[in-house]
Amino acid sequence: MTDVLVCVKRVPDTSGEVVLTADGGGVDGRYAGWTMSAHEECAVELGVQVAGETGGSVTVLTLGDEDSVEQLRAALAVGAHEAVRIDAVADDYGPADVASAIADVVRAREADGSGFGLVLVGNDAADTGDHQVGIRLAHLLDRPVVAGAQEVTLAGERLEVRSSVSGPTEVYDVPLPAVLTVWEGGVEPRYPNISGRMKAKKAQVEVVPPGAAPQGSGRLGLRVLPPPESNVEVLGEGAAAAPRLVAVLREIGVVR
Amino acid sequence: MSVLVVVEPDEAGEGLSVVSRETLTFARQLPGGDRLDAVLVGAVGDPDDAALAHCREHGVGTVHVSDDDRLERYAARAWSRVVDAAAGASGAAYLLAGGTPRGNEVLAHVAAARGVPMPCNLVAVVQAEPLEVERQVVGGAVLERVALGADGGLAVASVAGHAVAPEPAATPGAARVERVAAELTEADLAAQVVRVEEREGGDTSALTGADVVVGAGRGVGGADQFSDVEALATRLGGAVGVSRVVTSLGWRPHHEQVGQTGSRISPDLYLACGISGAIQHWAGCSSSKTIIAVNTDAEAPMVTKARYAVVGDMHEVLPAVLEELG
Ligand SMILES: Cc1cc2nc3c(=O)[nH]c(=O)nc-3n(C[C@H](O)[C@H](O)[C@H](O)COP(=O)(O)OP(=O)(O)OC[C@H]3O[C@@H](n4cnc5c(N)ncnc54)[C@H](O)[C@@H]3O)c2cc1C
Repeated sequence: MTDVLVCVKRVPDTSGEVVLTADGGGVDGRYAGWTMSAHEECAVELGVQVAGETGGSVTVLTLGDEDSVEQLRAALAVGAHEAVRIDAVADDYGPADVASAIADVVRAREADGSGFGLVLVGNDAADTGDHQVGIRLAHLLDRPVVAGAQEVTLAGERLEVRSSVSGPTEVYDVPLPAVLTVWEGGVEPRYPNISGRMKAKKAQVEVVPPGAAPQGSGRLGLRVLPPPESNVEVLGEGAAAAPRLVAVLREIGVVR
Repeated sequence: MSVLVVVEPDEAGEGLSVVSRETLTFARQLPGGDRLDAVLVGAVGDPDDAALAHCREHGVGTVHVSDDDRLERYAARAWSRVVDAAAGASGAAYLLAGGTPRGNEVLAHVAAARGVPMPCNLVAVVQAEPLEVERQVVGGAVLERVALGADGGLAVASVAGHAVAPEPAATPGAARVERVAAELTEADLAAQVVRVEEREGGDTSALTGADVVVGAGRGVGGADQFSDVEALATRLGGAVGVSRVVTSLGWRPHHEQVGQTGSRISPDLYLACGISGAIQHWAGCSSSKTIIAVNTDAEAPMVTKARYAVVGDMHEVLPAVLEELG
């Protein structure tokens, strides 16, 4: 039985326009809405698969304010069993702080005999792109870590992990307990069905206080890049533009 | 003060990777950047002449290499021990790597072991004294200003791809090869690549190495609507690249995805058809030499950011282009 902890983060949905808060200190998600990082949607899916194979459970965790329960419920709706929220203002936490807060939860569970054989985090969050929470967590817990994991296969007390992030597929064979940082693309996150949604709505979310005071991320300020001035040359409309497009292809040398 | 850069060999064996040369160029802007060292891991034995020539050209004084053949297969934590030892040997105040999956992973181990911060994806030095840098966040839409090295310990940071163009140093370096010894434990090697599988059709090198990429987004309309896109890619001797919507809908495999969580491409031509040009997609294609957008919406970000555009239905434009090409 492998009990899995999946850590997710509430991030502004930035597929549209990015707007900063009035004080310029953060990204304003009020208009765009909020979501979970793409890598973490895949981490939830991998967690559900691994736990399912072994009759284990999936606990989903976030560090954030009350609103971040929305992302926990999204994970519960697609198969996570339990949810934990570390009650904190996420923007005050740097990656080392987040790793340390997660490590506290993992250690507390270990102490009461219900430890996690596998901890999954996203490789890097969609907003800060820090690439380090999982690795710092592994160092704190003294566990092996594979970054960029996309597919996993359980083999007893070991885990075969595949990653194609740096080119051809690299295979790792790591002992459990382990930490993986998950990269989008190896599995398809499933959509919640009605009963999943209903269950998620009613599920209890455990709230735990944060441990040590955060050191912060070192952020001094943010600025949105002004859109680059457009210097597009419109070659025409529809099929009629084909000759001009081909002329450009010849000009830039991709057609001879 | 000196700066140490983690460098990676180019896959084609032509010296250092472009990202490594960009990072060396960026490193020379830092305080102490005129005393530049490099560490090359994963290549056991002497670096090849092309790699050394690049180091020399970029002003590198010492190239640190390890002789431990247990490092031949990638193991991030073990590699990080070598990098850490090289940082000690060179007395570096700053440690940089390119912001590749590998660069970020190895640096994160060094930062975790030393308990120091690690800002990722630097793009610019804002001021030298005290040192402040800017890094990309939110897929490149936003820049964040952070202090670097303010606490006096080793300052660790990765540099975003294409933050600067690779430029040779004013004065070449000696590029003297020095062995670095790092004690490796079982734990350092616990997560090591045990084998590499060439997946059929799962190789992104065709996409990342292509001179021409024909991109397709949601505007293509369906999994069975790719024939013009494929035909044009074939006609131009290039590869097909897609947006995330296309892979999430299951129309095409993930290894064809271009963007923040897909591949970063820099072809001579990126012909982006039916792609809106969201920031996360742009992050993967913005360094293409020429971008041509084909889109029904003249206001789509891909159109306004492109060099050339055709406004119209890709399923009318592409067949006409193929016919014109003959
Ligand atoms: C954390 C995170 C990571 C992400 N990573 C990536 C990534 O790596 N890569 C990526 O691509 N996206 C990524 N995204 C998603 C990204 O934000 C966009 O949602 C996505 O790129 C949009 O894809 P699209 O342009 O194909 O679709 P849409 O935004 O739906 O745009 C379709 C476009 O097609 C045009 N169109 C429609 N019909 C036609 C026609 N017949 N002919 C011509 N044009 C037509 C429309 O005008 C429109 O501009 C990520 C998002 C997040 C939050």
